[in-house]
Amino acid sequence: MPLPRPRRTLPRTLVGAVALIALVILAAACAPHATQDTLKPAGPYAQKIDNLFRPVFWLAVGVFVVVEGLLMYLAVRYRHRKGRREIPPQVHGNQRLEIAWTIVPAIILVGVAIPTISGIYALAAKPSGQILEVNVIGHQWWWEFDYPGLDVTTANVLHIPVGEPVYASLCAAGLGYHGQVAPNGCQEQSAYGNVGDDVIHSFWVPELAGKQDVVPGRTNHLVLEADRPGTYTGQCAEFCGLSHAYMRFKVVAQTPSEFDAWVREQQANAAVPAKGSLAAQGQDLFSGVAGPGTGWCIACHAVQGLKDANGNPVVQNGGPNLTHLMSRDCFAGCIFAMNQADLERWLKDPPAVKPGSWMPSYGLSDQQVRALVAYLMTLK
Amino acid sequence: MASVSVPAEGGRGGLLRRPTATTGFWSWITTVDHKRIGILYGITAFAFFLIGGIEALFIRLQLAQPNGTILSASTYNEFFTMHGVTMIFLVVMPLSAAFFNYFIPLQIGARDVAFPRLNAFTYWAFLAGGLFIYSGFFLGGAPNGGWFGYAPLSTVEPGNNMLFYALGLLMTGIASTASAMNLAVTIINMRAPGMTMFRMPVFMWMALVVQLLLAFALPIITVGLFQMLFDRRFGTHFFDPAAGGDPVLWQHMFWLFGHPEVYILVLPAMGIVSEVLPVFARKPLFGYQFVVFSGIAIGFIGFGVWAHHMFAVGLGPVANTAFGISTMIIAVPTGVKIFNWLGTLWKGDIRFTTPMLFSIAFIAQFVVGGLSGVTHAVVPADYQQTDTYYIVAHFHYVLFGGAIFGLFSGVYYWWPKVFGRMLDERIGKLNFWLMVIGFNLTFGPMHILGLQGMPRRIQTYPATLGLGVWNLVATIGAFIIATSVLIFLLNAIASFRRPKDATADPWDARTLEWSVSSPPPAYNFEEIPVVHSLDELWHRKYAEREGGVVVPVPAGGAGTEPTHGSGGGQEGHGPSGHGIHLPGQSYFPFVAALGLPLIGYGVIFHLWIAVAGVVVMLAGVYGWAIEPASE
Repeated sequence: MPLPRPRRTLPRTLVGAVALIALVILAAACAPHATQDTLKPAGPYAQKIDNLFRPVFWLAVGVFVVVEGLLMYLAVRYRHRKGRREIPPQVHGNQRLEIAWTIVPAIILVGVAIPTISGIYALAAKPSGQILEVNVIGHQWWWEFDYPGLDVTTANVLHIPVGEPVYASLCAAGLGYHGQVAPNGCQEQSAYGNVGDDVIHSFWVPELAGKQDVVPGRTNHLVLEADRPGTYTGQCAEFCGLSHAYMRFKVVAQTPSEFDAWVREQQANAAVPAKGSLAAQGQDLFSGVAGPGTGWCIACHAVQGLKDANGNPVVQNGGPNLTHLMSRDCFAGCIFAMNQADLERWLKDPPAVKPGSWMPSYGLSDQQVRALVAYLMTLK
Repeated sequence: MASVSVPAEGGRGGLLRRPTATTGFWSWITTVDHKRIGILYGITAFAFFLIGGIEALFIRLQLAQPNGTILSASTYNEFFTMHGVTMIFLVVMPLSAAFFNYFIPLQIGARDVAFPRLNAFTYWAFLAGGLFIYSGFFLGGAPNGGWFGYAPLSTVEPGNNMLFYALGLLMTGIASTASAMNLAVTIINMRAPGMTMFRMPVFMWMALVVQLLLAFALPIITVGLFQMLFDRRFGTHFFDPAAGGDPVLWQHMFWLFGHPEVYILVLPAMGIVSEVLPVFARKPLFGYQFVVFSGIAIGFIGFGVWAHHMFAVGLGPVANTAFGISTMIIAVPTGVKIFNWLGTLWKGDIRFTTPMLFSIAFIAQFVVGGLSGVTHAVVPADYQQTDTYYIVAHFHYVLFGGAIFGLFSGVYYWWPKVFGRMLDERIGKLNFWLMVIGFNLTFGPMHILGLQGMPRRIQTYPATLGLGVWNLVATIGAFIIATSVLIFLLNAIASFRRPKDATADPWDARTLEWSVSSPPPAYNFEEIPVVHSLDELWHRKYAEREGGVVVPVPAGGAGTEPTHGSGGGQEGHGPSGHGIHLPGQSYFPFVAALGLPLIGYGVIFHLWIAVAGVVVMLAGVYGWAIEPASE
C-alpha cells in the first residue's frame, strides 16, 4: 500500500517537542547546585551505589527510547487516513514474538540482578581494619551522635575523619530508656533519658551513603565514608511527625589530625565564665544555682563539668549535650545558624519557631534570655 | 441468577414498605440496579477526586518555593495524608468499582450482579467510610500520619486523627471485601451461555483478578488496622517495642496489603486500555491469552514483592536480595502487556478519539513508571531513592499517568453508553493535551528532585538545597492538571445540555455492552445473549475470512441482533421488557451501612453512640434478611 505524505502538522509537532526539550535542558542548566545530591557521591559507599545506578539508568533510557519510539512510530504510521474504509486484517497475535518479548526482558533483568545482589552484600558487611564506630540516635526532631570509647557526645553535627569507614549503629531515642535491655550497639546510650515520642526516623547523607531507617526496638547499621574534607548535609528521610522537615544534620569530614584535635576539644570540660559576667548569671540560671524556679535547662541538657544547686554533676536526660555547643554551626535539627539572634529567638519560644518542639516555652524574660545565651556562647 | 425472582408472598413480612420510586431522591437511595450503583460510585469518586486534587494543589503551593508558608506543619501533614488516602481509597478504587459495577453484567451478558442488595450496601459502606474519614477535619483533626500510617508514630501521637484513619478504612474495607466477593461470584457464575472464560473481554479478566486480589489482600490490612485501633484506644502493644511489640510488624502487614493494592489500582486501567485499543485500532487485542495470563501472573507475584517498600528498614541482605529479585520478576509480565498493546496498534487503522489518546498516553507514561520501578529493584540504588521525590514521581507515573489516564480513557469511552450522550471530542482533546502536559510537567521534574536529595513528606525545604526551580515547575504543572480537570467537568455538564445523541454502538465496538441501547434498559438484555466467540459483537457485525480479511455481515445474517446502529434517543424501555423479573429496591442496605459510622464515632467518643450504631445496623440486616429479593 503506498504511503501518503504525512500531513504538515507532524513536523510542527516535532519542532514543538524539540523546543520543549530545549526549554527543559535550559531550566536544568539554570537550576542552582543541589547540595544534597545523590548523583554526586563523595565517598566509596555512595560511589558503589552510583556505580550500580548509572548503568541501570542508561539501560532504562535505552528501553524508554525504543518503546516510546515504537509507540510513536506505530501511532503515526498506522493512523487512520481520510477515506479509508477497509478494515485492517484481524491479527490475533504471534506466539513467537510474544515469547521473545517475555524472554528478552527476563535476560536483561538477570544481567541487572547479579551486580545488584553483590552490591547488597558489599554494603551490608561491617568493614574490617581501621574504622570509627558511632552511635546515631534519632530523637523527635534532632540527631544525637555518640562516639563509644572516645567519650564524646554531640548533636546535629557529626564529625568524621576522611578516608576511614564510619560504622554507624542507629537507634531510635527511647530504647533502653524504659529500663529495658539496650540493644547491641547502643549500650553506651542506656544511661540517657528520652524526651519525645519513640518513632521511626531515617538517617541519610546522600553524598556519603544510602539511607538507613532508625527503628525503635532494633539496631541498624550503616557504613559511610568521605573521600575528601568538607561539609555534607543530610536529613531525616522517614516521616516522623510535625517537624520531620526540621530534622536536618551535617557531616563534617576532616583530615585525621584535625579530627583528633576535635575529639580532644570535645573531651574537655565546659568552659567556666568569668565571675560577675552576664554569662555567669546565665550559668546560674541554667543550673538552678540562681535559686528556686530556675534551672530549667538541666532537666534535659548536660554540660560536662557543670554542677547543679545541690553540687551534683549535671547529666544528660533526653536533650542535646551542650558542653561544646559553640563548636557546632547549627542547632535544633540544624534549622538555625549558631548565632546570638537565633539562640535568643529559640529560647523565647521554641515551639513557635519549630512546630511541636519538645522543648517548651518557659516564659523567660528578655534579661534571662540574654544571660542564658551569653552563657551558651561561652560553651566553645 | 439474581435477576430471577424468588416467589414472594405479596410483600408481607418486611419492616418497611417496599420502595418503588423509579425517579427522584429515594429511587437512588433504595436502588439495587448495578448501573445506578455504578453511577453513584463514579460520581462519588469524582467528587473525592476534586477534593484530593485541591489538597494536592495546596501541597504544591506550599512547596513551590523554599520556606513556604501557605500551610502550617500540622495542616500540611493532614493534607498530604488525606491526599494519599483519598486518591487511593476514595478515588481510584471506587472509580474502578464504578466501571466494574456498570459493565461486568453488561459485558458477560447478565441482568445484574449476583447479590444486588449487597452491591448497594457496599456503595453505602464506602460512602460512609469516606465521609467518616473526612469528618475528622471537623472533629479535632483529620488523619496526619501518612496514608501508610507507620507505627509507632500512628499509635503514639496525640489526637484522634489516626483513629479516623483506622476506623474509616475499616469501613471502606468492609465495602471492598463484600464487593469483591459479589463481583467475583458474578463473573464466575453469571456469564451468558457460551461466554466461556476465554471469551470474556480482557476487562472482565482484569476485574476478576482484582476482586481476588482484594479478597486476599484486604483481610491483612483489616487485621493491621484493628491492631492499630487497639494500640491507640484500648492500650494493647502490638507495635510498642518497650512492651515487646514490633513497629516493623505494621510495615509488613501494611505492605503485604499495600503492594497488591498497587495492582488493584492499576489492573482495572490496564483492562480498560485493553478494551479501548482494539476498538480504535480496529483490530483484536494482540495476544489475548498472553495479556490475560500476564495479568494473572502480576496478581500472583504481586503478593511476593511487598518488602521492596522496606529496603531501608534493615531486614538484612537475604531479605533485600529476595525481594529485589521478585520485584524484577514482576517487571516481565508487565512488559509483556506493553508489547502486546504495541502489537495491537501494529497495522491497525488508528482513530485518535479522546479515549484512544488517553489509552496511548497510559502506555507512554506507564512505561516511565515501570522503568523507574526497575531502578528501585536495584536495591542499593533504592537506599538512595526510597522516601524521596523520585518515588513520588515513580508512583504518580504508575497511578496517575497509568491508572487515572486509563480511567479517563474509560470515562470517555463508556460515557455514551452510560448517559446516552457523546462527550464533545474537541473539548475532550483539549482536556487530554492539557492533562498530558500538566502531568508530565508536574511529575517529570520530581525524578530530578528526588535524585537531588529531596525527601518526601517534608512541609518545607531550605533554599540552600537548590531545589526551588524544579519545585516551581511542578507547581505550575499541577495547576495545568487542575485546568484540564475543570475542562472535563465542563465537557460532562455540556453533554447533558444536548439531546441524547448516542447510538447503541457509536464506536463500532467489539463487546456485548454495545449491543444494547445507550443507556441500557433496566433489565440490560431483553433476551440473554448466546455467545459464540471472543469479541462477540464484532463477529456479529463482521465475518472474518481466511488470513484475517474482514467483510461486513449483511443485516439480518449470522444471528445479528437488530440493535446495531439503533437505539439513538430511546429510553430503552423495550416493549417486551415486561415480564422480566428484576430484584426489588430496598431501604435496608442503606440502613445497615448507616450503622457503620455511628459505631466508628462510638469507638472514638462515647460507647453509647456505638451501641446506637449496632442497633441501626442490626435493624438494617434484620430487615434485609426477612425481605424477599423481589416482590
